[in-house]
Amino acid sequence: MAETTLAETTLAEEQAHDHPSDWAYVKIALLLAAITGVEVLTYFESAVTVFENNSVTIASLMVMMVVKFYMVAMYFMHLKHDNPLFTKLFVGGLVLATAVYVAALAAFEFWA
Amino acid sequence: MATATDAAVDTADHGHATSTGISNTKLAMWAFLGSECLLFGGLISTYLLYKTRRGPGPDNTVIPTDVFDIPFTSVSSFVLLMSSLTMVLALSAITRGDNPATRAWLLTTSMLGAIFIGGQVYEFTSFLREGVGYTHNPASSAFYTLTGFHGVHVSLGIVMLMSLFVASKQGKLRQEHSETVEIVGLYWHFVDVVWIFIFTVIYLIPVD
Repeated sequence: MAETTLAETTLAEEQAHDHPSDWAYVKIALLLAAITGVEVLTYFESAVTVFENNSVTIASLMVMMVVKFYMVAMYFMHLKHDNPLFTKLFVGGLVLATAVYVAALAAFEFWA
Repeated sequence: MATATDAAVDTADHGHATSTGISNTKLAMWAFLGSECLLFGGLISTYLLYKTRRGPGPDNTVIPTDVFDIPFTSVSSFVLLMSSLTMVLALSAITRGDNPATRAWLLTTSMLGAIFIGGQVYEFTSFLREGVGYTHNPASSAFYTLTGFHGVHVSLGIVMLMSLFVASKQGKLRQEHSETVEIVGLYWHFVDVVWIFIFTVIYLIPVD
C-alpha cells in the first residue's frame, strides 16, 4: 500500500514536472507582456535614450522577438517537455524558412 | 527497451499503436506547422523586399509604413499574446477533467482572437481611407497579403476553437480527448508566434 502511494506520488511529481502549473503559465505570460511593453517603448525612441541608435534598436528588438518566440514554443507549445522529434520538425521548418528568406533577399540583391 | 516501454505507455494513453511511439495526429500537426514556417517565410521575405516600393502614379505613393498606428497594433498584439495564455489554460483544464473551465477558456481564447481580427479589419479600413489599397503599390500588396494570410489563419483557429466549445457543450469533448485540444492549441500558439515575428519585423523595426 505504501509502495503504491509512493509510486503515485512519484508519478504526480513527474507529471508536475512535465508541464508547468497554471500559475507558471500566468508568470510566463506576464513576462511576455513585459517584453512586449519594452518592444513598444523602442518605438517611442525619444522616451528612451538608449534606443536612439537605430542599430541598437534593431538588435534589441530581434533579441526580444527571439526570446518571446522561444518562450511560447518551449512552454506554451510544450516543446521543452515533449518528444524531441517535434522540435526537429519545427526547427527544420524554421531553418528552411530562413533559407528561403536569405535566398529571396540574395536573389533580389537586397544587400547590394 | 526504454523505447518499447515508452511506446507501450503512449499506446495506453492514446488508445492506438504508432510506429514512432508518439501520436500520429500530433506528429502531423507539427509537420504541418513546420511547412507553415515556409509559407510565412516566403511572405515575410516578399514584404521586406517591397516594403518601400511606392507606386508610380501620384495617387499611389503612400505605403503602409507611412500610416502604421503602432499604439493600436501594440494593443492587438497584446490581446493575441494573452490568447495563448488562455489557450494553454484550456488545455490544462481539460487535462484535469474540468469541463466548465475548459469551455470558459476556449470561449475566452475565441473572443480574444475575434478582438484581434476586429482590430485588423479596423486597421485595413483605416489604411484604405488613407489611400493604401491592395493594388496601389507593391508595398501595400505585400503587406495586405502577409497580414491577410495571418488573419485567415487566426479566423480558422477561431472556427476550430468554437467547434471544440460546441463539442464540449454537447458532452463530446471530455478529459480523454485532451489531445484534440492540445493539437488545436499548437495551431493557435503557432499563429501567435508568427505574429510575434510580424509585429517586430514589419511594424517595429524602423524603416530608413
